[in-house]
Amino acid sequence: MEENRMIHSFKSKVGDWFFVLLCLVISIICLLPMVNLLARSLSGVDYLVKHEVYLWPKGWNVDAYATVLTDMKYIRSFIFTAVLTLVCTLFSLLMTTLCAYPLIFENLRGRSLFNVIITITMFFNAGTIPNYLLMQKLNLLDSPLVLILPGCLSVYNMIIMRSFFYGIPDSLRESAEIDGASFFRILFSIYIPLSKPVLATLALFYAVGRWNGYSDALMYIKNKNYYPLQLLLYNILNNINSVEVATQEGFSSPGLSESLKAAIVMFSTVPILCIYPFLQKYFIHGVTLGAVKE
Amino acid sequence: MAKDSTKPITKKKINASYLKRYWQLYLLLLLPLVYFLVFRYAPMWYVLIAFKKYSIVQGILDMPWAKNHGFEYFIKAFSNKDFTNSLRNTVVLNLLDLVIGFPIPIIFALILNELRIKPFKKAVQTIAYMPHFLSWVIIYGLALQLFAPTNGLINMVITNLGGEKIHFLDDAVTWVKTYIGLGVWQSFGWNSIVYLAAIAGISPELYEAASVDGAGRFRKMWHITLPGIKPTIVVLLIMALGNIIGSGFDRPFALQNNLAMKYAEVISTFVYKNGIKGLQFSLTTAVGLFQSVVGVFFLLMSNWLARKLGERGIW
Repeated sequence: MEENRMIHSFKSKVGDWFFVLLCLVISIICLLPMVNLLARSLSGVDYLVKHEVYLWPKGWNVDAYATVLTDMKYIRSFIFTAVLTLVCTLFSLLMTTLCAYPLIFENLRGRSLFNVIITITMFFNAGTIPNYLLMQKLNLLDSPLVLILPGCLSVYNMIIMRSFFYGIPDSLRESAEIDGASFFRILFSIYIPLSKPVLATLALFYAVGRWNGYSDALMYIKNKNYYPLQLLLYNILNNINSVEVATQEGFSSPGLSESLKAAIVMFSTVPILCIYPFLQKYFIHGVTLGAVKE
Repeated sequence: MAKDSTKPITKKKINASYLKRYWQLYLLLLLPLVYFLVFRYAPMWYVLIAFKKYSIVQGILDMPWAKNHGFEYFIKAFSNKDFTNSLRNTVVLNLLDLVIGFPIPIIFALILNELRIKPFKKAVQTIAYMPHFLSWVIIYGLALQLFAPTNGLINMVITNLGGEKIHFLDDAVTWVKTYIGLGVWQSFGWNSIVYLAAIAGISPELYEAASVDGAGRFRKMWHITLPGIKPTIVVLLIMALGNIIGSGFDRPFALQNNLAMKYAEVISTFVYKNGIKGLQFSLTTAVGLFQSVVGVFFLLMSNWLARKLGERGIW
């Protein structure tokens, strides 16, 4: 009996270590491309050409980063994208709150009609071309507004926020209503202060979406001053306008160009990688709320 | 569903006291309503040009109807080899995503659930969520460097071990594998969140009872954890099936290149190239409409199927 139990616990210990090992391998797979990229961005040109860079930089130097950080083209686009992301996130949070809050009042007449209006848009999308023609009609092509307005209210995010609002005890609202508080007041003094976790989650979702998005800019924006960083990066990676780039940067050897590309990729992803780990407990909750069936 | 505290208003007609109390909520809803009407419903009007001969100088109503009772452009689309190719690619890539990409987050959630050391578990989660926060352009950049034919890490290791170089991105068939692999890499961690939450909702008593009965780790996984998260799996499977003809733009467009176009062109990129770049608005609107309608059909079908099988659907 005793022996049996020991065998059992030994088996379970081995099992535990097996899963730890498996998770280590998975983590390495997740990190490997980033580590490789970092190593290449910090390596000397010769070592890249000679095929000697694996996961550790060879011929340490920060030339590529110096080139990126002193080139106004990248700095400009970085600042533009940062401001755009900030404005977009704040505006989207406002719109999402405006939409989610009234819909939690079951006495609101027209509530179900509004829900139908929203739900239809989840299933049926007019498509790329009708959207493009509308932007053309609204004179939004080539305007930074086209990067903010069309995506400023995500139904999915609205449902997450509404689920969170539903989770706030009714008694809080009831007592405020008895005290004669208006719906505006209830929103600002009860719901918003209690909703910091969901606001943080949705801010992250909207910000990541805007920071990482490039297809709307690709379709709607021709003016290079309004290129978000990701679209600029796309053009650089695909050597679109490569002649122009080469003469401007003064690089011709493939090595430097590759470590430069690596540095630009790092440069355009670092902000988000710095933020998301701190919001982990919030966004896990947010994703879970979104999955709850209404 | 939450209950509203205030008593239901019994009178049918909207009276002054109702408005006096509720006008603020309508004011708040005004902006979202305008948003939905302008940016989500107004484009639906333009869907009409799928049935019309597009002209830049005329309004939609004035444009002449297309031939064949307005279905000229649908017929044209299906006799267009590029379109039928991209339709095939869309479905095949989505099916591969489903078959390969769908089970992996479930397996990963099961693996994570076996970790006993909390900080380690949290670190693994943080690392696994990271790729979800990278844009597809960034992932393309990472792939270009990692998979470069001559001096990329993977091919250097392969050639050092005496193997043949693999053209991950510029051979059509291998491109498909790379596309699917990168998709899994980007999303498996993130997609496991929902399953982890579902696992956390399973009563610990079930596991204790199973332990008393002498069930091992894998028996518990099979007989308790998996049945416990089955409703979640079904809901996500319905949504994945409903999206079988849907095609995001960012991922295929960022990853595709001329050498792989045979399998890399999907509906969304076809529409972009022939519509916005090629100005064939009627043809590409027809293609988009076809895609939307078939998408809704698939969603309804898979939901119906789930209910037939005795599961809760998504509505």
